[in-house]
Amino acid sequence: MEILVCVKRVPDTAENEIEVNREGNDIRRDDLVYSVNEWDNYAVEEAIQIVDKVGGSVTVVSLGDEEAEEVVRREMAMGANNGILLADEAFEGSDGKGLATILKAAVAKGNYDLILTGAQADDGAGQVGGMLAAMLDMPFASLVNSIEVLDGQKLKVGREIEGGNQEMNEIDLPCVLSIQTGINEPRYVGIRGIRKVASVEIPVWGASELGLVPEAVGAVGAKAQRVDYFVPAPGEGAEILEGSTDEIAAKLIELLKAKGGLK
Amino acid sequence: MAGQVFTYIVHKEGVADDSALELMAAAGKIYPEASVAAIVTGSGAHLDAVCDAMAASYPEVWKIDQDVLAYPNAEVIRRLLVNILPADAVVVLAHDTLGMDLGPGLSIKLDSVFVPDVVGVEGVRDNVLTVVRQEYSGQVYTHVRCDISAGAVINVRPGAFKPEESRSAAGQVVDKSAQAGDLSARRRFLEVVEAEVGDVDITKADVLVSVGRGIEDLENIEIAEGLAEAMGAVVSCSRPIVDAKWLEKARQVGTSGKTVKPKVYLALGISGSFQHMGGIKGSPFIVAVNKNPKAPIFQVADVGVVQDLLEFVPELTEKIKAK
Ligand SMILES: Cc1cc2nc3c(=O)[nH]c(=O)nc-3n(C[C@H](O)[C@H](O)[C@H](O)COP(=O)(O)OP(=O)(O)OC[C@H]3O[C@@H](n4cnc5c(N)ncnc54)[C@H](O)[C@@H]3O)c2cc1C
Ligand SMILES: Nc1ncnc2c1ncn2[C@@H]1O[C@H](COP(=O)(O)O)[C@@H](O)[C@H]1O
Repeated sequence: MEILVCVKRVPDTAENEIEVNREGNDIRRDDLVYSVNEWDNYAVEEAIQIVDKVGGSVTVVSLGDEEAEEVVRREMAMGANNGILLADEAFEGSDGKGLATILKAAVAKGNYDLILTGAQADDGAGQVGGMLAAMLDMPFASLVNSIEVLDGQKLKVGREIEGGNQEMNEIDLPCVLSIQTGINEPRYVGIRGIRKVASVEIPVWGASELGLVPEAVGAVGAKAQRVDYFVPAPGEGAEILEGSTDEIAAKLIELLKAKGGLK
Repeated sequence: MAGQVFTYIVHKEGVADDSALELMAAAGKIYPEASVAAIVTGSGAHLDAVCDAMAASYPEVWKIDQDVLAYPNAEVIRRLLVNILPADAVVVLAHDTLGMDLGPGLSIKLDSVFVPDVVGVEGVRDNVLTVVRQEYSGQVYTHVRCDISAGAVINVRPGAFKPEESRSAAGQVVDKSAQAGDLSARRRFLEVVEAEVGDVDITKADVLVSVGRGIEDLENIEIAEGLAEAMGAVVSCSRPIVDAKWLEKARQVGTSGKTVKPKVYLALGISGSFQHMGGIKGSPFIVAVNKNPKAPIFQVADVGVVQDLLEFVPELTEKIKAK
């Protein structure tokens, strides 16, 4: 099975305090720790496991600036066979539809049976996978938490729905699936793995290689546009306990007692 | 003014989801004057019950009764909506597991703009809709502007829009089943497998000590267990802890886990994503311990402690034990 996995380089929200920059048009980018989007890492692991079972190859593609190459390389160290970077100034400011349009053009240059995305990325959109599927006119399933290859024509996939229940579906190939976390346990990537792929050539495709007219993508083509970044004035919010650790703990114990939190 | 506004109603066993009226509230914020139609799909008596209930709040209800719609398969519903909706329709969906499955692809097929996980609506001027979203796990907000003259698909966050109490309508149920058209799809629903039941029932606990990714390591789980023991509480957790297999799925709080109704909820190293908070009902007293003062959990907690939990929690436990 030929599998393409879309991976995005994102600021790690568990590691960073995200702040709005002075102009209010972006977040403060200096000193941010970046990594591969959590959901995408599960998608790559799943692709590798499928290929281990039924054969084929895994290609990872990332759309971003030159630095996105580092996540492509990381996922290749994990075991993906090929990597592609999509980078062009014309791509900047793309909305979800623009991103899907660019990825679709990259899909068209290959011959894939299965395309995986993450369920969502750092802006919590969860849109690129479903859009890409509709543009390619392929069937789609989101929030996939199990995949079983039935034969060369179809898969059995589980979707995680409310309450942690699982919705089982049969889906025809080729298709697009967006992957939910927890579907597997992504393998650890050590420094040796990274070194092994350090000198692998990763092709970079821009608008001309993809046969895209710049007006269709980027800020020009975007129908949904982010106007600003802001943090709303703090509303009621939490009462933040101040003082030494000792004092805070003592205050908290009083509050917990009053609210029935201590037996 | 752009096209008519439609909402899609999620329902189960004859009862509409809470989001049904929230969607109507969101639609009203987009076009206060517009008449909003609820689309309800399914089959049989359950469908009729939901349509009748919706007609009490919505001026118009479109009912589509087809066997293939008995279970809401987004690939089938998408075809249906493309077949029956006017090209410039503004469609409002819940950003839940069905809305995430349906919305993005629907917008492509309707050739309209899509905005996911909307938490606020500022309004429409000259066919330009301005909405509010969050990014980076809710640490910052953005305004998003989009041209909706050719229609739109807007996914709104469950719980973000309060239903208007006073709203009542003697709505009309219109049967559109005959217009459904070809509903064949290349993804077929098989069955729903219910989540496993675990050893503990966190839904019954009055006091929960809940751990999130901030606990950092499997070995540290015992720090939370120690506190829970001292407090007489039960340990629960956020999703990454289950994904890492550090605790069992039955302990996960959230939309894809359990819904809990404790009196006191202690969130340790949990950022406060809407999927996590969506599992906490009944307005408990929430205490958040988080080293990031910007963490969104502090907006919903009653009391906050901005500290490294790995240092703070053992101290707190000792102090409780000493009393
Ligand atoms: C369809 C869907 C369904 C989902 N369902 C659920 C669900 O049911 N339940 C759920 O929980 N999530 C769910 N999620 C995931 C959700 O979006 C978040 O990713 C998740 O809740 C984040 O968990 P967290 O807060 O533990 O981790 P993070 O968001 O990574 O937050 C960790 C927090 O810990 C703090 N921290 C780090 N180190 C320390 C320290 N030493 N001391 C103190 N604080 C520290 C950080 O500042 C941060 O705020 C779902 C997602 C999707 C897409
Ligand atoms: N810039 C990008 N490069 C590669 N894949 C992306 C990019 N943006 C989004 N995706 C894919 O689409 C998924 C959902 O992202 P989003 O729709 O932005 O929430 C991600 O998990 C990725 O698999």
